[in-house]
Amino acid sequence: MNAPLNGTKPAQTSNPGDAVLDRYEPVIGLEVHCQLKTQTKLFCGCSTAFGAMPNHNTCPVCLGHPGVLPALNSEAVNFAIRFALAVGADIQETSVFARKQYFYPDLPKGYQITQYDLPYCTGGKLTLASGKTVRLIRAHLEEDAGKNVHGDESSYVDLNRAGVPLIEIVSHADIRTPEDAADYLKRLRSLVRSLEICDGNLEEGSFRCDANVSIRPRGQEKFGTRCEIKNLNSFRNIERAIKYEILRQADLLDHGQPVVQQTMLFDAASGKTHPMRSKEESHDYRYFPEPDLLPLRIDEARIQRQRDTLPELPEAMARRFEEKHGLSAYDAAVLTSDKDLAGFYEAVVKRVGSAATEKIVANWVTSEYLREVNNRNWDLTNPPITADHLGELIELIGKGVISGRIAKTLFEEMAEKGPGKGPKAMVEAQGLIQVSDTSEIRNVVTKVLDANPEQLAEYLEGRDKLFGFFVGQTMKVSGGKMNPQMVNDVLKELLDARRKG
Amino acid sequence: MTTANESAQFTIKSIVDGVRSSKFSATEVAAVYLDRTRKFASRLNCNLHLDDIAALSEAKAADQRIKAAGSGNLPLAGVPVLVKDNICVKGSKTTCGSRILENYVATYDATVIQRLREAGAFVIGKVNMDEFAMGSSNENSAFGPVRNPWNEEYVPGGSSGGSAAAVAARLAPVALGSDTGGSIRQPASFCGIVGLKPTYGTVSRYGLVAFGSSLDQIGPMTTTVEDAALMLDVLAGADSHDSTSVKHPDGGFAKALLADKHGFSGMTIGIPEEFFDSGLDPEVAACLEQAIAVVQKAGAKTKRVRLPNISYSVAAYYVIATAEASANLARFDGIRYGYRSAEKNLSLKEVYRKSRSEGFGREVKQRIMLGTFVLSSGYYDAFYSKANKVRELISRDFAAAFDSGCDLLLTPTSPTPPFKLGEKLSDPLAMYLSDICTIGVNLADLPGISIPCGRTKSGLPVGMQLIAPKFNEKKLLIGANAYERATEWHKASPNL
Repeated sequence: MNAPLNGTKPAQTSNPGDAVLDRYEPVIGLEVHCQLKTQTKLFCGCSTAFGAMPNHNTCPVCLGHPGVLPALNSEAVNFAIRFALAVGADIQETSVFARKQYFYPDLPKGYQITQYDLPYCTGGKLTLASGKTVRLIRAHLEEDAGKNVHGDESSYVDLNRAGVPLIEIVSHADIRTPEDAADYLKRLRSLVRSLEICDGNLEEGSFRCDANVSIRPRGQEKFGTRCEIKNLNSFRNIERAIKYEILRQADLLDHGQPVVQQTMLFDAASGKTHPMRSKEESHDYRYFPEPDLLPLRIDEARIQRQRDTLPELPEAMARRFEEKHGLSAYDAAVLTSDKDLAGFYEAVVKRVGSAATEKIVANWVTSEYLREVNNRNWDLTNPPITADHLGELIELIGKGVISGRIAKTLFEEMAEKGPGKGPKAMVEAQGLIQVSDTSEIRNVVTKVLDANPEQLAEYLEGRDKLFGFFVGQTMKVSGGKMNPQMVNDVLKELLDARRKG
Repeated sequence: MTTANESAQFTIKSIVDGVRSSKFSATEVAAVYLDRTRKFASRLNCNLHLDDIAALSEAKAADQRIKAAGSGNLPLAGVPVLVKDNICVKGSKTTCGSRILENYVATYDATVIQRLREAGAFVIGKVNMDEFAMGSSNENSAFGPVRNPWNEEYVPGGSSGGSAAAVAARLAPVALGSDTGGSIRQPASFCGIVGLKPTYGTVSRYGLVAFGSSLDQIGPMTTTVEDAALMLDVLAGADSHDSTSVKHPDGGFAKALLADKHGFSGMTIGIPEEFFDSGLDPEVAACLEQAIAVVQKAGAKTKRVRLPNISYSVAAYYVIATAEASANLARFDGIRYGYRSAEKNLSLKEVYRKSRSEGFGREVKQRIMLGTFVLSSGYYDAFYSKANKVRELISRDFAAAFDSGCDLLLTPTSPTPPFKLGEKLSDPLAMYLSDICTIGVNLADLPGISIPCGRTKSGLPVGMQLIAPKFNEKKLLIGANAYERATEWHKASPNL
């Protein structure tokens, strides 16, 4: 799923009853695991490519063979530094890797190498569309586990993902609505994608989220007991899960029952959260500093090298879009929510040139284009309708060759069947060129008036509202090809003549 | 080539000289040692997975490398090396003396093995050890105890007991050992050979099956100090696979020994009082007294020093080492390789529980439990954190002793001479105290060497330990070499 959802209205899932939200305030904190798109794993030279044959991208190190040692991938550290810089966090001069111990078949060493009490990054913040700021507690580097695959008779372990670098980003419990939670995640995803440190693919698991949710009576300062929701693999499910969890907790409190702190799994099919078996979460991870790795030292020179090569970040790009393209803050935020979308918009603007305003292009991209992106799950890095095609279409409107209505129909057709040779060729092939010939318009309008004597009589008696009826009839007869402004002018002229006559 | 009997007196030095001057080949050297191995190894139970064919093909490959490099160029040309069975040699079993890895074949070479091969040496076999290097007597091996070649009723020490017994029996001129709390030095002392534990970080640990990661070091066990220096020249060096390894500030250790004209003269040797208290066996005490006299006669000043926190070293060590071990040994879970319980229809948890219960030996399980406990929520500060603070204090004690003007420290290697098989098995605390003189060196990341310094009335070897400041292996080896030149102990070998 590569589509940003910023441009569309939030999915119409049931909102927690207004009554519930009147009484309780949700408190939400999010933990996000971003897979860093380095060439190789965090502690060995194996490829991180997704989709290889099971256990193909492995070596003695990531298989946890006896005697192996981790060797830190410095590219992963650079990526992690870029993230910290982009959210204005403090990068720790010294941080420490730790072992988090538990037994599971997808964890080859019996411990995960992560960072515990001394992470490389603390603080930072992210600003949401609502203007609200979400503070970050920390981010740390860690290795991913592998994957268990369950067959009918046996279970299998695929360790291709074992050792792939992650940063875990932990927010403060600053979020108060499910919509803001989803927006936070979209912004974070957009950010790591523009930094080119993570491909943000929720389905492939390169961007994963757990949510800590609690509620408290409005006006109460003390936080309620929180539950952690896992298994949230789409923005829509994140909102659904949090909404469900809020209602579940409110229902408990309303019935005088306590919320029990536990880990919940979200089941997308039923739309409900349910507790993980308690045994699975009663871990004592027995963290201790990883003796095989030296403390991670990040000096100012290294930070500066990353700072020097940071791309334009979404917030800065949005400001530029407002100023340079004259867009509203809303349009600018939507268009810069994804670096590929932003690039698409700017390419269309360039293609259209002076034939239409940048605002008109923005309208097309945020409404028509994004609608199809979401409905059809288009890959923004390689959309089937290119910036060139959309630019050509908008240019045709701007030059008066086709009407906006025809253009929208054409766009839907391109989305449905593919753009073929492009809009210009389609317009020619289908004879859709707008009629701007006054005498032809006069002919059609005259015919329409003659064909509707009753409506004409009523109009002439003063029912002005019927003007629109005649416009509609004329457009209908002409197949929508007539220049609407000219139809208006001609109709007015002929009707005025008949009134006088 | 010379006869097998003469080869029993071979040193690394003499083999390298012989092979480099084309007097004999690596293959011929291998044949001589394999012959001795056939004669004596099973009695001592020091070798594991004996495989003459593999050993000879390793030797042949070494001959080719030596030829390709030009025979004069490789520092360890033709040297057969026995390898403790917790160091990975690709294609060979690497059992760590444990049932749980009984059939595990290493899939890669440890860095030390690569370095040795590049230097012209070859692997002639793998040797027995205490399971996962946990033990001081080599009685904890799943493959039976090793016997001391000086007296087969006695233990060879541990955990590198197979390495020590085999080198003492001249089944190879050198064996690799690993030392977490004394596992090279104590068995070297019990078997009358030289055992060097380098400064932490000097030798790559990549391919050494981890016990206590912050303490483990690989080192050579040889019959002479010069041989230890020749080995260290090759073993030492930074390795990109081991982040804790460093480039040693010195190098050319063997050359430094040759060039050295001063020996002990001008040196001040510190004698830490704590190691010479009433707990010391009287025969060991007598040997050490003589050794101190030798050192003084050779020109060194001696000076009593104190290490006030050293009495806490065993306690701190058994917290830190077991904590690290409990995590290091988690990977032996019966899932990907190694022993898995043969019972059918087990749940995942039962697979873990049964495989590990059946696969690990008693001492290993005891230490895993100890380590798991000290890292548990609520106990971490009281044990693991505190032990690391003690570790820091012990490091400072050593640093203060060196700062007070000592070039080296001299101690017994073990408070007792070798003990009988079975003697301390029922008393783990007495067994743990067997490492009291060596553990502090690991906690302080220092280099230490054990060299033979006497014999008990019943003829069992006694060793002394020299300790140097971090990365001062050069001075350590010069001191040890000076002592060796002044004495004859290293020349004796057990009568098999």
